[in-house]
Amino acid sequence: MKKFDYLKPKSIEEALTLLDQYGEKAKLIAGGTDVIVMVKQKTMAPEVLISLQAIPGLNEINYNGFLSIGPMVTHRMIEKSELIKKDYSALADAVSWLGSIQIRNVATIGGNICTAAPSADTATPLLVLGTQVKIKSLKEERVVPIEEFFKGPGETVLKKGELIKELMIPKPLPNTGSAYYKLQRRLALDLPILGVSALLSLDKNKVTCADMLCTTSPISSILHKMEEDDLVCKEVRIALGVAAPTPMRAVKAETLLRGKKLSDELLEEVAETAAKEAQPRDSIRGEAWYRRDMIKVLVKRMAMKSIERVIQPEETVFPERLW
Amino acid sequence: MKQTINFTLNGELVEVEIEPHLTLLQLLRDKLELIGTKEGCGMGECGACTVLLDGKTVNSCIFPAMEVEGKKVVTIEGLMDAQGNLHPIQKAFVEQGAVQCGFCTPGMVLSAKALLDENPKPTEEEIRHGIAGNLCRCTGYIQIIEAIKAVSGQ
Repeated sequence: MKKFDYLKPKSIEEALTLLDQYGEKAKLIAGGTDVIVMVKQKTMAPEVLISLQAIPGLNEINYNGFLSIGPMVTHRMIEKSELIKKDYSALADAVSWLGSIQIRNVATIGGNICTAAPSADTATPLLVLGTQVKIKSLKEERVVPIEEFFKGPGETVLKKGELIKELMIPKPLPNTGSAYYKLQRRLALDLPILGVSALLSLDKNKVTCADMLCTTSPISSILHKMEEDDLVCKEVRIALGVAAPTPMRAVKAETLLRGKKLSDELLEEVAETAAKEAQPRDSIRGEAWYRRDMIKVLVKRMAMKSIERVIQPEETVFPERLW
Repeated sequence: MKQTINFTLNGELVEVEIEPHLTLLQLLRDKLELIGTKEGCGMGECGACTVLLDGKTVNSCIFPAMEVEGKKVVTIEGLMDAQGNLHPIQKAFVEQGAVQCGFCTPGMVLSAKALLDENPKPTEEEIRHGIAGNLCRCTGYIQIIEAIKAVSGQ
């Protein structure tokens, strides 16, 4: 492996000063599960790695009216957070199926979004949850919505000399559920063929057909039954991973659903619109037509899972039971 | 430039001078000659290099050695007791035939230890989830799962 120096600053200011000082020669390293692999594969050849591990306060999950996640919080810490499982379920789904426990113990959420892989598991949950990214440099501090954060595969809005200081996620509206599904060939140590997240806020959390949600009834029959309850979708966000060069929101699909009464036909149309909005490509993991077809299926299922999580919150665990 | 790091390795304090680009695996195998920890893929995919860092499993092949400063590392060599008796998990692996070529075993045993330390009575699904980061190309996993069940008294 190529030799590099390894620095461990003790404060954000010290890290930023080092970053300025070394410029192009330096790279920031969080957990290192991407960076060390890239150095080994020779796709990155830094002379200096600046580690953020020794900086206090960056690996905390706090809640003060909004959820604050430090960039050095590991996927495992998120997986273990009861608050995130309950109120920010899509993010809990995403971290539970990422890599392996060994990877999740080390890999950080800041690192996951800075690597900016189109397949980044945490990206689409952060998109549907309305995340704001606080970015700091020596000169300024700025806040960027996550929609604007990703610029291309491996590219973000981060400029030279900047680092992520905090991820801020607003408190969800009442009666909100969210879910993420990772379409993959094996259940561990795999990258997604497709990642789909949805978040729905409803006008109520009681429906007469609640019992049907815990059965294996087809999704269409549950939705047909639900039409009798006049369930209205007050807010909705849908995000797709590995469906475009960057993780994306399916904005047209959202607009169709926002403020409308839920029905099987409408959700079908929403899912089809999302599939049309996506620009998936053929890759080793899956072909474009397959990804598009699966977006149709999974958008509907994730919307349904979100509804289920509003109506049956005690059932909220993994999205493993689907229709 | 070489740097000195201090950490606890299998219960003993060690001070070692290293080149800062070393991985924890290189430090363990090449510098400290603890060759129980294996290098499989070298890319954090197979789990053969799994060690415990402050009780949590990490892939040592992609973990910077510089980050173990002040931490506790346990390798497969650290599981035997002072009299040289195998750890109950190791015994169960032997008794249940959970070892064939043995290359994944050190990592598998440490993943099992981390799982059982946190959850002494895991269900079969929890066991499968717990060792999902360790690939075994010989056994088909069944004997490994049986061994972990046996240690947890199931």
